[in-house]
Amino acid sequence: MVSALYGAVESGLIYAIMALGVYISFRLLDFPDLTVDGSFVTGGAVTSVMIVGGVDPFTATLAGAISGFFAGCITGILHTKGNINPLLSGILMMIALYSINLRIMGQPNIPLLNENTLFTTISGWWEAMNLEAIFMAPFNWLGIADFAPRSFYTLMSLLVVIIIVKKLMDFFLRTEAGVTLRATGDNAKMVRSFSANTSLYIVIGMGISNMLVAFSGAMIVQHNGFADINLGVGMIIIGLASVIIGEVLFGKDKIVRMTLAVVLGAIIYRIIYSLALRVDFLEASDMKLITAIIVVVALVFPNWLGHSNAKSQYKKSKARATEKKGEIHLASTKSNS
Amino acid sequence: MLQLNQIHKTFYPNTPDERQALVDVNQQLDVGDFVTIIGSNGAGKSTLLNTLAGTIIPDEGDVWIDGNNVTGFPEQKRARYIGRVFQDPMSGTAPGMTIEENMMISLGRTKRRSLFRGVSKQLRERFQEHLSTLEIGLEDRLNTKVGLLSGGERQALSLLMATFTEPKILLLDEHTAALDPSKEELILKLTRELVEKHNLTTVMVTHQMEQAIDFGNRLWMMDEGKIIFEANGADKDRLTVADLLQNFQDIRGKKMASDRALLAK
Ligand SMILES: Nc1ncnc2c1ncn2[C@@H]1O[C@H](COP(=O)(O)OP(=O)(O)OP(=O)(O)O)[C@@H](O)[C@H]1O
Ligand SMILES: [Mg+2]
Repeated sequence: MVSALYGAVESGLIYAIMALGVYISFRLLDFPDLTVDGSFVTGGAVTSVMIVGGVDPFTATLAGAISGFFAGCITGILHTKGNINPLLSGILMMIALYSINLRIMGQPNIPLLNENTLFTTISGWWEAMNLEAIFMAPFNWLGIADFAPRSFYTLMSLLVVIIIVKKLMDFFLRTEAGVTLRATGDNAKMVRSFSANTSLYIVIGMGISNMLVAFSGAMIVQHNGFADINLGVGMIIIGLASVIIGEVLFGKDKIVRMTLAVVLGAIIYRIIYSLALRVDFLEASDMKLITAIIVVVALVFPNWLGHSNAKSQYKKSKARATEKKGEIHLASTKSNS
Repeated sequence: MLQLNQIHKTFYPNTPDERQALVDVNQQLDVGDFVTIIGSNGAGKSTLLNTLAGTIIPDEGDVWIDGNNVTGFPEQKRARYIGRVFQDPMSGTAPGMTIEENMMISLGRTKRRSLFRGVSKQLRERFQEHLSTLEIGLEDRLNTKVGLLSGGERQALSLLMATFTEPKILLLDEHTAALDPSKEELILKLTRELVEKHNLTTVMVTHQMEQAIDFGNRLWMMDEGKIIFEANGADKDRLTVADLLQNFQDIRGKKMASDRALLAK
């Protein structure tokens, strides 16, 4: 039970990077991007092929992330230059990536068990510095050694990674370019009127989003010990579920709080997932259904509860404004007659 | 400063829906000119402003701003020269973002947006200084989401954002039409103050003849895509609403069709 929980937190931390990517496209750019299902695998595919080819795992992971950046940019270009609707652009890219991923991998499954991955490398450093004993000490001292994870290095290194990613994102989203990117999803007309090229912001934003997704995919294959062509199926919904769980439970207006909420949402999703797997009558394959239900509930409940964020308030005030205009028109026709 | 040469624009040409929105418009504005535009519904006022802003590309003719031929420039490139306030208070600001962030976006109008710089203390003080000139307390609400502001407050913010970086041309398309009278007064007062403060070359469309007479040093009257009457300087100062209505009737041989124009208070 305890080790399952640590396992859930570990993969939650990895999926959190993907969820942050989905947050950028879905929430900040208002672009429901299905590329995710493909680019997640692309990241994993590129990385595992390179690792098997003997490239060091850091370079391989970086390459995986960059491949996702390009995939995302293409989706953005399909939408902005090709005038294809966002949903369709993403679906097209997802389908195209399936074939591309298979080409990259050369086979539907690549085992990485005996390869030199990020995690084996870090584990090597960890042992060299004898850190395991240091982290284990408080657990032993308290006599709760049973509650310690099997090993600390994965958890700790993932924690460091996610903190770095979150900090970088927080920083970027508050720079001039980052603020403009967020505004592009909020009011593109206004952003253009202040001399920003919204198409460019969408393309780059989609690139960054899918770069994070592919980075997450690159980490997952190394964590799982294999890459699989179907690894990405339903990934967008998992990302969405994480974002929404995070928003509902921890969401606040400030961007720093939002990125934290998304990370926590991803971890909680994985914990729910591992708990659901322990229920006897549920199969692993039922999880997609459960995920879909989580998303539906999370999307519908806040509305029932009358929860209103700035966006829905904006829509309301817009409706009010049009009503008002109607009245003016009425008044003017009256005064004319 | 601004030059319009033989601008033509026809919507849906060669179809039953053909609509000549602009017909041979030739005009020139000097630095600091403030022109008000009146005309009935569908006269082409918004189309003219959109041709200036680059959201509509004319079929013929060219647009020069500050010595540059900007006819082929896309909207966002032209925006380097232009500040705009829209009729709908919701259009000019990003509702999900804070006042400070909105100000930051407007600051980027004239220069490249940095990948590394956020809001500094000096910048925040500069924003507050400008916001305080609106005298509606926005300077104390830098971290408030703009979506939570009232229509009048949002329009005041839009106006500030469009002006404080001193554009070559300021375009106002019925920017008070969606507001109630007290808010309208506030926005008009701010318009006057901000235009004067930054000595902006301004084009303002309005449906109220008194406003058109009251504001600026020039006036254009439009009908069916043409500027059918104009008055400048001292001539304009002497105009009355009755004169304008009479002029319209004389030139067009019909009564001013605009319903709202008659609503002039
Ligand atoms: N994008 C467009 N597509 C087709 N026709 C258009 C478009 N924009 C304007 N028109 C037409 O061009 C004509 C001029 O419209 P415009 O909006 O410039 O009028 P206006 O003077 O601003 O009127 P109002 O006082 O109602 O705002 C109208 O007949 C309008 O229907
Ligand atoms: Mg108009």
